[in-house]
Amino acid sequence: MGSVIVLAEAGEQGVSKPTLELLTLARRLGEPVVVVLGETTGEVVQTLGRHGATAVLTVAEPALQEGLPAPRAEALAQLAGDRQASVVLLTSTPDAKDVAGRLAVRLTAALVTDAIDVQPGEGGVVTRQSVFAGSWTVEAASTADVAVVTVKPNSVEAEEAPVEPAVETVQVTLSETSTAVRVLESSPKAATGRPELTEAAIVVSGGRGTGGDFAAVEAFADALGAAVGASRAAVDSGWYPHAYQIGQTGKTVSPQLYVAAGISGAIQHRAGMQTSRAVVAVNKDPEAPIFEMADLGVVGDLHTVLPAVTEQLRDARG
Amino acid sequence: MRIVTLVKYVPDATGERGFSEDGTVDREGTDGRLSELDEYAVEQSLRLAEASDDEVEVVALTMGPDDAADAIKKALQIGASSGVHVCDDDIAGSDALGTSLVLAAAIRKLEPDLVITGMASTDGVMGVLPAMLSERLGWPGLTLAHTVELDGRTLTVVRDGDTASQRVQAELPAVLSVTDQSGEPRYPGLKNVMAAKKKKVEEWDLDDLGLEADAVGAAAALTTVRETAPRPPRQAGRVVTDSDGSGAAALTEFLTAGKYV
Ligand SMILES: Cc1cc2nc3c(=O)[nH]c(=O)nc-3n(C[C@H](O)[C@H](O)[C@H](O)COP(=O)(O)OP(=O)(O)OC[C@H]3O[C@@H](n4cnc5c(N)ncnc54)[C@H](O)[C@@H]3O)c2cc1C
Ligand SMILES: Nc1ncnc2c1ncn2[C@@H]1O[C@H](COP(=O)(O)O)[C@@H](O)[C@H]1O
Repeated sequence: MGSVIVLAEAGEQGVSKPTLELLTLARRLGEPVVVVLGETTGEVVQTLGRHGATAVLTVAEPALQEGLPAPRAEALAQLAGDRQASVVLLTSTPDAKDVAGRLAVRLTAALVTDAIDVQPGEGGVVTRQSVFAGSWTVEAASTADVAVVTVKPNSVEAEEAPVEPAVETVQVTLSETSTAVRVLESSPKAATGRPELTEAAIVVSGGRGTGGDFAAVEAFADALGAAVGASRAAVDSGWYPHAYQIGQTGKTVSPQLYVAAGISGAIQHRAGMQTSRAVVAVNKDPEAPIFEMADLGVVGDLHTVLPAVTEQLRDARG
Repeated sequence: MRIVTLVKYVPDATGERGFSEDGTVDREGTDGRLSELDEYAVEQSLRLAEASDDEVEVVALTMGPDDAADAIKKALQIGASSGVHVCDDDIAGSDALGTSLVLAAAIRKLEPDLVITGMASTDGVMGVLPAMLSERLGWPGLTLAHTVELDGRTLTVVRDGDTASQRVQAELPAVLSVTDQSGEPRYPGLKNVMAAKKKKVEEWDLDDLGLEADAVGAAAALTTVRETAPRPPRQAGRVVTDSDGSGAAALTEFLTAGKYV
């Protein structure tokens, strides 16, 4: 079996949940080799090993830490070449897609983005994607020696399969072309204390119907340990940061439960949440299209319904 | 200065979209249009042109079937100076690798100072073309910009990444993709619609680009679609109309029964 490279998202907070999901998929396809661009800690290596990483390669090149895609793609291309990787797996995020596109050009690899499943196939990997706002599923087979696949978070359950990984620090050579972009300023996203939007088991989103007051949405989310999202109307009005936008031009989420509060359910919004396991809608308008896809619909004012439920949940917990 | 703006012709997202039997996107059943997200690229090109002291030409470039000429037409109406439509039967069925090969060849031929694209196609939604073009052309790539500044030949943008918001900078020539936060596209006025009719549109085929037929299209694609299936539409479940707290009670019960708490 060839090696399968997994680009890890790992930092001081440990290893991201989607990275462990990638490892679970990688084990089906070959020998999982995890690449960490930056420093690792013993704890990170341990977690990766517990999930089946046979090797952990760390690349401590400073230019890679800024997160720019071009040098990252160049580094990964070298490692994929060295290890004769047949598959490179990345988590589907905008940043990783930039890397994946470049890598596919460098390796002349089959490129699949936003996969929801990856299986070994005869001539290469077989992937499944959900397209057109989640209304169709497409199964595709790669016929190239190498496939670069970005996988949506929550597509599989991360499973443990402990091994003792070989840890290695590796060198890469970066060209002038791939380091032509300068970072002038970088402000990390403020921590909210809530789970990461794309990884959360429950997402509670607010739309124009919040009227700009997200307090009820946030309190309800916190009572459920959920992440908070927003519709584009709410983002465009300046009520919530763009990083939390759900939909075609925002994040795609597939949680166990999605709660849409004061959101009408436009196709571009559905594109980002249609594959959620269960959907609940709270909306004043009984005709809102979101009700057509909700497992439970509550026709009512979110500013009274959500606080009442929040209260009941708190009481039940005592 | 010359800006090449990439515009894609896509099936309307508000219509019924689906696949034909051969696994390609069904373009018969729905109306096509200029991808809404590419309107932001056209808008940004015009804003940069207007802010510049130089004469700036904005060339709208598309690759696609005959109908894709519509995407060019719309871009010209919004205000692009001229258009190039790359159209060849052998291009049909190209994957992202093939598409980027063709578009990179067309861009090289146009020798622009700057390439501006949308953040993603509204049909494929891969969002990979800008990065692939940057890689193929060997030009710096600044993607997902919501704020764009051009000072001489220095391009500075603000980009909202996954974990950080960054101000990044590079020298032209470069590839830039802009988000739907970069500034609302203008509507084409009647005057521009009339003026667009006189603007020049060139049609290029693979020969014009010096590309071989077997390097692109379905023949060269490294992935083949094996099966497409419509997902069963989500069913409407129970709807409760809230009165005197019945909505909250139903929701609490749903959360408890589903073990979400
Ligand atoms: C190219 C393109 C990309 C787009 N991308 C996205 C995207 O990524 N994400 C996205 O979300 N949208 C996107 N949109 C926009 C999308 O078409 C809708 O305009 C948007 O989703 C509407 O947001 P909304 O549901 O919050 O607002 P509205 O459609 O205005 O709905 C508000 C709802 O709140 C209800 N309401 C009002 N008050 C209350 C109350 N007190 N209690 C309960 N309910 C109440 C109303 O009945 C109504 O149904 C995109 C559009 C385009 C053209
Ligand atoms: N066939 C095409 N013709 C012209 N531009 C395209 C084409 N495909 C993609 N693009 C451009 O590349 C951007 C990203 O596309 P994608 O990677 O397909 O999501 C789009 O917003 C367009 O600006």
